[in-house]
Amino acid sequence: MSDRAVMLAKLTELEQEHAKAVAGGGPKYTDRHRKRGKLLARERIELLLDEGSPFLELSPLAAWGTDYPVGASVVTGIGHVEGVECLIVANDPTVRGGASNPWTLKKIFRANDIALENRLPVISLVESGGADLPSQKEIFIPGGRVFRDLTRLSKAGIPTIALVFGNSTAGGAYIPGMSDHVVMIKEQSKVFLGGPPLVKMATGEESDEESLGGAEMHARTSGLADYFAVDEHDAIRIGRRVVKRLNWRQHRPRASAPPKLNEEDLLDIVPSDLRIPFDPREVIKRIVDGSEFDEFKPLYGDSLVTGWASLHGYPIGVLANARGVLFSEESQKAAQFIQLANQTNIPLLFLHNTTGYMVGAQYEQGGIIKHGSAMINAVSNSTVPHLSVLIGASYGAGHYGMCGRAYDPRFLFAWPSAKSAVMGPAQLAGVLEIVARQAAASAGREFDEDSAIAMRMMVEQQIESESLPMFLSGRLYDDGIIDPRDTRTVLGICLDVIHGTEFRGAQGYGVFRL
Amino acid sequence: MIRRLLVANRGEVARRIFATCRAVGIETVAVHSTADTDAPFAREADYAVQLPGNAPSATYLRGDLIIAAARKTGADAIHPGYGFLAENAEFAAAVTEAGLTWVGPPANVISVMASKIDAKTLLAEADVPVLPSWTDVSTVDEFPVLVKAAVGGGGRGMRIVHNAESLGEAVSSARREAFSAYGDNTVFCERYVDKARHIEVQIIADQHGNTVTFGERECSIQRRHQKFIEETPSPAVTPELRENLCSAAVAVAQAVGYSGIGTVEFLLTPEGEFFFLEMNTRLQAEHTVTECVTGIDLVRLQLFLAEGGRLPFVSAPPMRGHAIEARLCAEDPASNWLPATGKLSRFEVPNVAGNFRPLMQPGVRLDSGVEAGSVVGVHYDSMLAKVVAWAPTRYEAARMLAATLARTKVHGLLTNRDLLVRVLRHPAFLSGQIDAGLLDRQPEVFAPLLSSVEAVRLSCLAAALAGAAARHANAGTSLPSGWRNVASTAQTIVYDGPAGPVEVGYRLDASGALAQWWVRAVDPEELDLAGLGQVGVIDDHPPVAVVSAAPHEVVLDVAGVRLTVDVHRVGDVSYLDSVEGSVALHELPRFPLPSAELEEGSLTAPLPGAVGRVLVAPGQRVGAGELLLTLEAMKLEHPVHAPADGVVSVVKVRPGALVDTGALLAIIQ
Repeated sequence: MSDRAVMLAKLTELEQEHAKAVAGGGPKYTDRHRKRGKLLARERIELLLDEGSPFLELSPLAAWGTDYPVGASVVTGIGHVEGVECLIVANDPTVRGGASNPWTLKKIFRANDIALENRLPVISLVESGGADLPSQKEIFIPGGRVFRDLTRLSKAGIPTIALVFGNSTAGGAYIPGMSDHVVMIKEQSKVFLGGPPLVKMATGEESDEESLGGAEMHARTSGLADYFAVDEHDAIRIGRRVVKRLNWRQHRPRASAPPKLNEEDLLDIVPSDLRIPFDPREVIKRIVDGSEFDEFKPLYGDSLVTGWASLHGYPIGVLANARGVLFSEESQKAAQFIQLANQTNIPLLFLHNTTGYMVGAQYEQGGIIKHGSAMINAVSNSTVPHLSVLIGASYGAGHYGMCGRAYDPRFLFAWPSAKSAVMGPAQLAGVLEIVARQAAASAGREFDEDSAIAMRMMVEQQIESESLPMFLSGRLYDDGIIDPRDTRTVLGICLDVIHGTEFRGAQGYGVFRL
Repeated sequence: MIRRLLVANRGEVARRIFATCRAVGIETVAVHSTADTDAPFAREADYAVQLPGNAPSATYLRGDLIIAAARKTGADAIHPGYGFLAENAEFAAAVTEAGLTWVGPPANVISVMASKIDAKTLLAEADVPVLPSWTDVSTVDEFPVLVKAAVGGGGRGMRIVHNAESLGEAVSSARREAFSAYGDNTVFCERYVDKARHIEVQIIADQHGNTVTFGERECSIQRRHQKFIEETPSPAVTPELRENLCSAAVAVAQAVGYSGIGTVEFLLTPEGEFFFLEMNTRLQAEHTVTECVTGIDLVRLQLFLAEGGRLPFVSAPPMRGHAIEARLCAEDPASNWLPATGKLSRFEVPNVAGNFRPLMQPGVRLDSGVEAGSVVGVHYDSMLAKVVAWAPTRYEAARMLAATLARTKVHGLLTNRDLLVRVLRHPAFLSGQIDAGLLDRQPEVFAPLLSSVEAVRLSCLAAALAGAAARHANAGTSLPSGWRNVASTAQTIVYDGPAGPVEVGYRLDASGALAQWWVRAVDPEELDLAGLGQVGVIDDHPPVAVVSAAPHEVVLDVAGVRLTVDVHRVGDVSYLDSVEGSVALHELPRFPLPSAELEEGSLTAPLPGAVGRVLVAPGQRVGAGELLLTLEAMKLEHPVHAPADGVVSVVKVRPGALVDTGALLAIIQ
């Protein structure tokens, strides 16, 4: 199979997994939901968004590879509402009543982090049965952060809007409670701390849902609802009006020239065997404006490509691995380049295809640790926004040096071709085998070659599957897996978002060991 | 010699006369109503005088004000155009008495011919064949008859009556219409001839006793007894018949001592007999076709004759080829010709070879009273423009005119354009076997040009894609329109089209190619379910690729064939024009505001206009079909009847009130 065919097969697989998230609770529950005259979570989002505007869904594969449904019963993403970039969080009530499981929380936390860091107004489209009770032990204690996040966003001056489409009870009642603006829907919203059975148990009082938490009650009596909508369309219409009146920064897009080289070719560049190096310039020139890339230090440390470009009109500095391995020269070049970007206040884009820092006596003696540390120091203390895209391998400390998840890039996406782990599966299995062989030798045991082969294969397989993007995406280690042809668009949206905040390059770093 | 001419008219006829004046060096004066202040004819004149008000009775029918305007501007002649005061003998006399040159026949001739009854009596004595008629309507003893206004032209007030029972209402209604149009409510009845053809002869007479004819015109294609397609020569007229018709026309002119430009109208029976109908003592709208085939500027000739000039020829010039005129009107043929009003947001007639004057060579001539931006109101005639094609043969002229009209962009108003094209392309028309009943026998001509399901769908898709392109351009971003990283729902838009609401769905893939599309009808009761991006049934949609999509033009590749759709958006309305036809789509709001519904039994205005008579009062019991009130628009009277038995609970309007379409008139309980 050609590299392209492999990539297309992976994209088909990705599409199928996305489709699982889109399907929500499946036809039975979506039909039931519709029959109640209600809109699906994504339909609510589509109506909320400006027509024809892009929508970047975040963490769509959350909970992939876990016991919970793909998508984690919530939809999060960034889109334009009345020209304002907003972060949208919508419960999917067709998945177990929209109940939150541990992955739902992780996904919402990630969304809230993005909102806070990038100062995006948050619109919650609420319809959730609360916590998924069987997994309460993993939800109850961390789950409180959802409400804390909302009020902290508010304190930071970031507007929060809750459109309550259905149940928002018990703890869920604090979502409207903690939001700046609350819209409830006639005979649909239900917001109370305790429902009729609980009230009956607690106080013996006979009550009904409307009087405990109906929209009309909250609009007329309790004052929890600021706006009373007659139906879902009306609620979304009101939500849009609320955003319009926020006096919030309008999206200020920039005009730009598309790449001269065809983005379609991005499917051909990454070899299906990641051991074969590829030239990242072929990628860069297909995602940056006009395919114009001004390379920095092209003749020095040429296993790492660095340079300047613009993407959808925004200036960026790019760091991209060329031949996988980071040597001392590459590390020093990276550290210098990152400092330059901080001097000029330019966001950085990291395109990962690294197997890590070079090992071996010659390199250790040459100070690879010192130089790698300098690169990690620069990345860690850089204060311009970072974007990371895993296009190939991202192994070992190279993942850190290239601004992996732990280094808090503003956004991190993976191509279907990516792999990430402490090292490659074969290397890891080999290392384990060598360690076992040494242990056997020092214990004077005979080394069982047959079981070693079996063990090696098993380890390789496990590591391979755990280093694949879907596995990592399911664990929220990225913000989503993207079609390589969408890279420019995704990064363009991220750059739009990033530029909603003021940022200033670092004035100082940790001590560089020279 | 005329130095400065006032045209006591408006619209295209005023522009037509001004065009000749400019060519021959005569200065021009326009009079205009308040509503016409910015009309092209008022702007084009060297001088313009406003006649305050809008109703014709306050403006274009006010001879005294018009003569005063002529005095004020130093005009030395008045041309009445056609319609309004063109056949008003008192006005002609007043103009002459005021010492101004009257461009038209002498007042006494007008007054003889102005009364169709007197004219018929006179001409019967001169052995011109006339149809039997009754001036006392109670003596009508055969049916069907045609009720006609005794004065005026243009078919206003005309009604066919098939029996004695309906004669009374027809007569009184004709009287009212005649009065409102011409200020005279005299009507008479005349034998109605089925399948009759309408043939008229152009007369030109100088003040020195010379009379010539410029051939005939056929005006058999009519609606509401008003001409809307006219041609010359008539396919029904043989050289021998032409000779007889022209001799009769000359006899008519000479019997009354006619001078100037005029038209003698005849009715031609299927058997080939002809009868005098009436004489129009003025220039006629359809003079354009005669100008095409003769090459002679009739207005120029008319001015020359008014100046006392002697006819420079003794017989008609040779007729060259065939010319057909179509009257493009703001009206809805499918809704009983209801006049349409509104702002003409675009008006583009392609390949026009000339305007207002004879063409040098075969081609298309456009005489238009309006332009893009013109507002068509309720006060005046609904005709927007006359489009004339001149070609060597009749079928070539018809083909050229149909193609020109089909490619005309006329946005903002309903028009009869599609009907004109369908008639001009209809085998019955092309055969030449036409008569006044053609529209009744060929109802298929009322279908819109854009009528195939697929063509309509493609236009809807083009509207949606153009809308997306416009929003994208407006957003100023280089991010792709409607991009999604997770394919879930398509982009949808709901339009209200000619056949009710439709939902258009489309999804573009990462490369911007059309991955999916559909157009489906939406139940108006379930509008809130539309536009949710659910995939409709798309099995029968052809494969379409988007070649290009811009706000003003969408190019589609439909199963290998390229189709270009022009898109013009005004507010929420998209106008789509392609070779397949045109359609206007009104984008419905995504979030309709919950609005108060009309109370049951509410009667609303079917068109904008002025309330004429109000015949009922609150509390009155009415029967189904009973006339409740009338609306006057475009000089026509539109009745509003009770839809069912009931009691009038509310009457919201008073006579004279101006109402918009949809305005509440009354409630019947």
